[in-house]
Amino acid sequence: MRHFLSTGTQTAALAALASALILSACTTTGSAVAQDTGTDDDDVPQFAAKTESDGPYPSTYKAYPGTPTALVGATVFDGAGNKIENGTVLFRDGEVVAVGGSDLSTDGYTVIDGTGKFVTPGIIDIHSHLGDYPSPGVQAHNDGNEATSPTTPDVWAEHSVWPQDPGFSRALANGGITSLQILPGSANLMGGRSVTLKNVPARTVQGMKFPGAPYGFKMACGENPKRVYGGRGRKPSTRMGNFAVNRQTWYAAIDYANKAPDSRSRDLAKETLAGVLAGDILVHNHCYRADEMALVMDMAKEVGYKVTAFHHAVEAYKIGDLLRDNGVCSAIWADWYGFKMEAYDGIQENAAFLQREGACVVIHSDNANDIQRLNQEASKARKAGLRAGIDISEATAIQWITLNAAKAMGIDDVTGSLEAGKMADVVLWNGDPLSIYSRPEKVWVDGALLFDAKDRKRRPVSDFELGQPGEGDVK
Amino acid sequence: MRGPVTYAVKYALAGAATAIAIAASPLAAQDMVIANATVVTGDGSEPIENGVVVVKNGKVVSAGAPTSSTFETDQVIDANGAFVTPGLFAAITTLGIWDVGAVSESNDSRAGGSPFSASLDAAAAVNPDNQHIKINRAAGITRAATTTIPSGSIFGGQGAIIDLGADGQPITKARAFQTVVLGEYGASRAGGSRASTYTLFRASLREAQALAGARGTPQTTEITKGDDVMLGRFDAEALVPVVRGQQKLFVAVERASDIRNALGLKREFSRLDMVLVGASEGWMVAGEIAAAGVPVLADGLDDLPAAFEELAATQSNIGRMKKAGVTVAINAASMENSRRLSQYAGNLVALTKVPGADGLSWGQAFATISSIPAKITGMGGQVGVLAPGAKADVVLWDGDPLELGTVPTKVFIDGIEQPLDNHQSRLRDRYRDLDESDLPKAYDW
Repeated sequence: MRHFLSTGTQTAALAALASALILSACTTTGSAVAQDTGTDDDDVPQFAAKTESDGPYPSTYKAYPGTPTALVGATVFDGAGNKIENGTVLFRDGEVVAVGGSDLSTDGYTVIDGTGKFVTPGIIDIHSHLGDYPSPGVQAHNDGNEATSPTTPDVWAEHSVWPQDPGFSRALANGGITSLQILPGSANLMGGRSVTLKNVPARTVQGMKFPGAPYGFKMACGENPKRVYGGRGRKPSTRMGNFAVNRQTWYAAIDYANKAPDSRSRDLAKETLAGVLAGDILVHNHCYRADEMALVMDMAKEVGYKVTAFHHAVEAYKIGDLLRDNGVCSAIWADWYGFKMEAYDGIQENAAFLQREGACVVIHSDNANDIQRLNQEASKARKAGLRAGIDISEATAIQWITLNAAKAMGIDDVTGSLEAGKMADVVLWNGDPLSIYSRPEKVWVDGALLFDAKDRKRRPVSDFELGQPGEGDVK
Repeated sequence: MRGPVTYAVKYALAGAATAIAIAASPLAAQDMVIANATVVTGDGSEPIENGVVVVKNGKVVSAGAPTSSTFETDQVIDANGAFVTPGLFAAITTLGIWDVGAVSESNDSRAGGSPFSASLDAAAAVNPDNQHIKINRAAGITRAATTTIPSGSIFGGQGAIIDLGADGQPITKARAFQTVVLGEYGASRAGGSRASTYTLFRASLREAQALAGARGTPQTTEITKGDDVMLGRFDAEALVPVVRGQQKLFVAVERASDIRNALGLKREFSRLDMVLVGASEGWMVAGEIAAAGVPVLADGLDDLPAAFEELAATQSNIGRMKKAGVTVAINAASMENSRRLSQYAGNLVALTKVPGADGLSWGQAFATISSIPAKITGMGGQVGVLAPGAKADVVLWDGDPLELGTVPTKVFIDGIEQPLDNHQSRLRDRYRDLDESDLPKAYDW
């Protein structure tokens, strides 16, 4: 993801920012216990918490054991835009060892015959609310929108995620989802931090956190914030209000970031914003309309941050050139439209028209059902492009839901494609994943087999489902 | 081409054999022959290769394998092997009664502030020029059951069967069905408890029964002044055809126990022509549903415990109910938008390859979005099927209609070829490139 930060017109803005914004590395360390310094120095704090840079709530995820495995004879989409017929994929110790043709030696590997089947990297959903809007969707589970202020950069989605959401297992078994980003909702202009998870069942959210993944920051433009807050008689109630609140909040964050670390109090909201300004936290901006996305990209230049991806972006096709030049991805649906005014111009060729311009395309779900069929959504978007005369390979459509998503989440150096040294996040499909008639047969995460359609016990069942009707059923 | 055309259809006019020349006005019904087609009749059977569909006076004359009968026409379409199917039937939907979901001014699907409920008539709200009608038409959907959604009451009002044609006359059958919600949502409409829902339901139907009178004509005097009247006069009258079994009653339920209770209501009000809608846990009581002879519009791919009333939801629901002998179709209201009907049906076919899952054959899956929803909504044999006498709603496709991204190349409704353009296709055409070197995009139309 870092390469996006130095492309195009963004460079100048970042250079200007560098002089204005001096972010020293955090040096203060400590722990949330009384510190007996043994001195009389009043400047030494008696209590101190770990700083944000120390990475509180760290991932405790550890890969589960796996068998050295050779998938042979299958058609392989590597996620990076390549297709290998009669391919071989080797993985062991949680990592991809090699990807190639039928000539690769499988000595020392358990061989799985994939003849007539397909292999892809684990599918990645860049936009999910699993865990923060879990099933059952009861009021007590509405943990996705801290809709009490239009700007809540201080909240972190991981503090809302319920690891027992049965939706994770459906995404794994039916969608081959191995990594996903959980975002706060879009009620707020600034909704808070996202968290990237490995789709591995765990007792704690820390047990699902993707090791080393950068944080994301959810922003939203358009109808939602102005409706939610305007409806309460407060700012913002208009799109211009949206921008005013955003800009003022950013300027306050710059002031904060420019203060010496030891001269400022901890401010969780501004720490997140400072992290965005420093380029450490990636902006995921819910935005539908083309004109509004163009304004947001200029706001980012004005303030000195980078939009990594616009989400939903149903009108992205109108400004594919701008998005390309600004190095901003569009994370989109294949065919959602019309449910709200700003979604009125949604067309199925959105992805294809962006691809035509050389802009970055990611297909996302934003939905506990569609996350089970991201492959189908990618296929629909590709077919619409073909009908419009835009040649998009099958391998490219798979890239939309694998490597491109990983790039926009800042995890493409370790997952998103089948390359030696990357995590062995792998799906064996029982047919072409771009066909309606295909489903995942086996799913590995870091080389561990976590779903097997042929082994009914190799399917996660959440605590919530135990002893309930349908427990362990094929869902 | 798949070899020579072997059917014995005679072309009356010279030159007609050059085929595909649909030169007449697009809004005129055409007598025609569609030849060399992969014909899907929609009745649950598998596709027929080298099939023929014959249309006359807006009705299907025959469909299937070539026969020796003769038919004179100057309109012959060589399908060149393409799939030819009945138009898809979407039930249930809110098609035609809203423009933008979240723009309340444009949205007639809920009337929570209305003094009326059961007496609401969706037909009055349908706009045939609505974009969603055009967009769904371009996706091969030619008929739909459309209705207002229960909001102020457990009753949703009277839904209509509509066609998606471009002729400004959308109503195939007005007041075709009434909708009532039980379960969690019904409880919320009835004051907060299922206990109240059933009481309200019974009270309402008894009022209607009394109103209907012994002879079946409204007799308001049969409701004595001492009775607690729950419904307004119009709503009670609207339920008269329901209690008399003359109008279908769509009962929205999910939980197995709610389904059982709904079936129990049918025993109590024996003439109810009941259809279950949703029925996520239908597979658990599939035998009872089948025994009651009650058909189901089932949520096709729900597999999450989205609510406590759907704990046992599984994508195998439809396959299992079908196996138990239930007449079951895919509920078009269960998906993001109804043009996903074919995608949902295709997924049911995919399940046949998943160990432990229950899916449908291709032909059965197609029937869940064509003939079966038509039958369930009272339009059996008339639409959703290519059979003699059925309305000629015919679609030619550019591939397997259940495969992703397959779209119609031609859509006929009542034998009339339909325009397939819409707001989305126009946007697509405008933005095929971003070239504004001469003029702004606003001049590109």
